[in-house]
Amino acid sequence: MAGTGGKNINLKLKVWKQNGPNDKGQFLNYEAKNISTEMSFLEMLDVMNEDLINQGENPVEFDHDCREGICGTCSLVINGQAHGPDRGTTTCQLHMRRFKDGDTIAIEPFRAKAFPVIKDLVVDRSAFDRVIQSGGYVSTNAGNAPDANSILIGKEVADEAFNAAACIGCGACVAACKNASASLFVSAKISHLALLPQGAAEREKRARNMVAQMDEEAFGACTNTGACSAACPKEISLENIALMNRDFAKGSAKNRS
Amino acid sequence: MSKVLNSKAPSGPIEDRWKNYKFQMKLVNPANKTKFNIIVVGTGLAGASAASTLAELGYNVKSFCIQDTPRRAHSIAAQGGINAAKNYPNDGDSTYRLFYDTVKGGDFRSRESNVYRLAEVSNNIIDQCVSQGVPFAREYGGTLANRSFGGAQVSRTFYAKGQTGQQLLLGAYSSMMRQVALKRIELFERREMLDLVKVDGAARGITVRNLVTGEIESHAADAVLLCTGGYGNVFYLSTNAMNSNVTASWRCHKKGAYFANPCYTQIHPTCIPVSGDYQSKLTLMSESLRNDGRVWVPKKVGDKRAPVDIPEDERDYYLERVYPSFGNLAPRDVSSRQAKFRVDEGRGVGATGRAVYLDFASAIAKKGEAAIKDKYGNLFAMYEKITNENPYKTPMRIFPAVHYTMGGLWVDYNLESSIPGLHVLGEANFSDHGANRLGASALMQGLADGYFVIPFTLGHYLASNKLAKVDTNHDAFKASKLECSDHLTKMLNIKGKQSVDSFHKKLGHIMWEQVGMSRDKDGLNKALDEIPKLREEFWNDVRVTGENNFKNAELEKAGRVADFLELGELMAKDALNREESCGGHFREEHQTDENEAKRNDEEYCYVSAWERNEGDKPTWVENKEPLEFEYVKLANRSYK
Repeated sequence: MAGTGGKNINLKLKVWKQNGPNDKGQFLNYEAKNISTEMSFLEMLDVMNEDLINQGENPVEFDHDCREGICGTCSLVINGQAHGPDRGTTTCQLHMRRFKDGDTIAIEPFRAKAFPVIKDLVVDRSAFDRVIQSGGYVSTNAGNAPDANSILIGKEVADEAFNAAACIGCGACVAACKNASASLFVSAKISHLALLPQGAAEREKRARNMVAQMDEEAFGACTNTGACSAACPKEISLENIALMNRDFAKGSAKNRS
Repeated sequence: MSKVLNSKAPSGPIEDRWKNYKFQMKLVNPANKTKFNIIVVGTGLAGASAASTLAELGYNVKSFCIQDTPRRAHSIAAQGGINAAKNYPNDGDSTYRLFYDTVKGGDFRSRESNVYRLAEVSNNIIDQCVSQGVPFAREYGGTLANRSFGGAQVSRTFYAKGQTGQQLLLGAYSSMMRQVALKRIELFERREMLDLVKVDGAARGITVRNLVTGEIESHAADAVLLCTGGYGNVFYLSTNAMNSNVTASWRCHKKGAYFANPCYTQIHPTCIPVSGDYQSKLTLMSESLRNDGRVWVPKKVGDKRAPVDIPEDERDYYLERVYPSFGNLAPRDVSSRQAKFRVDEGRGVGATGRAVYLDFASAIAKKGEAAIKDKYGNLFAMYEKITNENPYKTPMRIFPAVHYTMGGLWVDYNLESSIPGLHVLGEANFSDHGANRLGASALMQGLADGYFVIPFTLGHYLASNKLAKVDTNHDAFKASKLECSDHLTKMLNIKGKQSVDSFHKKLGHIMWEQVGMSRDKDGLNKALDEIPKLREEFWNDVRVTGENNFKNAELEKAGRVADFLELGELMAKDALNREESCGGHFREEHQTDENEAKRNDEEYCYVSAWERNEGDKPTWVENKEPLEFEYVKLANRSYK
């Protein structure tokens, strides 16, 4: 593979193959030869798949789309780490210069009860949509908004809300957590809206309903290990979970009274 | 026979047109809205905003997307911002100026009435997004911040760091999710539209493939909204997401929807250059960077010194030199061509010589690294991840890449295509950007169409037509289903030697070389010779692995590449037919002494709306919509 810089390396890949949700699944061994260190990780998988197709075999299915770290489609657990070894990076942004000639790389799907495998490395993350449906919005209809500058929001607050809103919904937090908890994902949305005046009216109800839906989707409990935030490609802060817990407690107390 | 098309655009004073038109349109009363079923295909800014708004009004909406969730549609990747004529900075902006800039920016090939409406509703969009909780950038006092984008001399761009598209889409998505919870929207993820179903000439439903099970499904409705984005991936390498494709639009085109101005392609000036032949996509570096970055190349041909070793007086800041009044914020088409000229002169930089510098050194010296990081932090990080170079220390290397397509399905003022009941929104239609789109206007158009235009015009369609009751037992649905399965089986049964991607790459190469940034008669004729041959080769020798009845990415890609192989031919045909240069369409035969695009208003001041025959072997007839410019006078577009 010609490239403009870098060098070429050879790799051994152990890739999870699973023929549908009811198949047991297993690791299969593949080789990736002549991989330019300038390639992205997914381009390396493209090369592997192209080789498989040329040999008349079925390629490995994996989810991907924007390939610039924003759509949240790509996933993969690479050598035991969700989105691979680099901090603040999605799999599609990981580059092969991170690996050495002769390395063995294990590639698995995100594993969680709430994310069943569809095929090979592709998982079903629709549980996240259902959590958002339970309250991750401001109830406002098109057409009834006041002038944008009639709601003043200080720069610090706006920036903080933005940082929480930057979540790409990839699910790495769930994959990294030993309990497969979705607390970071859910709390990021709760914080984003709780920090802004627009989200204030529904704040406690939102926290209550979203947490309830999270539990219903078979995500595990949070034990504050911080593995989620460490794996998060957008480095969403653990502080969001604290805010969620406060709002949830308030919301639940009110609901009882 | 070639037809002259009626845009149905209203007449009268331009500032009253939309207001009066809205009053004249028929309404569907609130109780009756629940009797109508609407299909919305695509969940980007146009699709998500349309689906949520129509559901809020009371319609029954079915929403379809190819992704695993609506939140991943490619609008998510838009970086820099969204325009609106708020004039918050008090720098002389107005609805009229946004309208004027957009018509001029589009090189006088858009429809004035549509563009004015777009500018008029732009302010409502910002209000709406803020009310949803979109965290736009703010000043310390709490008001909204603005920045500048190309082709404008005012600051009218609202933004959320370099992730504006993400935040706007998540806003629209959250509104959609609220309607899903209220059971006003039924969601169909991982579904690909394969066909439009017509009954009595009108769009009455779609045929889709369930991308998980492979099942072919039918869905009936009273109207279909196509919000499926652009076709930039015909070039293989583009800034589009890997799964962005033309298939939904193309299948409608095959059913009779006219395809307008396919040759109008936007090549964005600031993207990370190609690094090798394994490359799968290109990454944009937002135009907003040109607020603080200066574009340059060495003055000397073949100067291979590191950028820091090239002294100031040996650098050519060519955009500032050639366009002193707009400088680094010259519009996209103009800036891209200038970069190409410099590279063609042998003054390109980097290992391949196919790049120019975008340099932040003077902005960092003036404002400090922290200020630059605050504005563009995520873009700088993204650049470093891909190139392994630190743009705070060394200039970015950038080069133009395919980014957006101004062409698309032809629509009238109601956003209705040439097929009754098929409405087309966002990048998938052709209407508002003419031959070149200005930066930060795509997000504006997608949301304008979805939040503030279609809710009115769709109601008018439903109230004006007596639609017979149709369900999926109708023969038209069964026939469509059969046709779609046959098409898939045919591809799987070829069992040839060459992979789907290898065909896509070959097509992309032809398109970039002959139908790219600069076109001429010989090259276009060459493309018109090569593309049909490549298409034939595809249908004889493609290897599509896997099965029909399960998740199969190769089969998905094959269907899309088959359609790109037809679209490519039409693009070349359109580019050859249009004997002028305008916006993103640059014909080498038609340029001024200063190498600027030279329009031919006498003969080409019209929209080409191509009509395809039905059947496997494509042929086209050109229909025309004449363009009139009553307000912005036809003039040579100058940014000097």
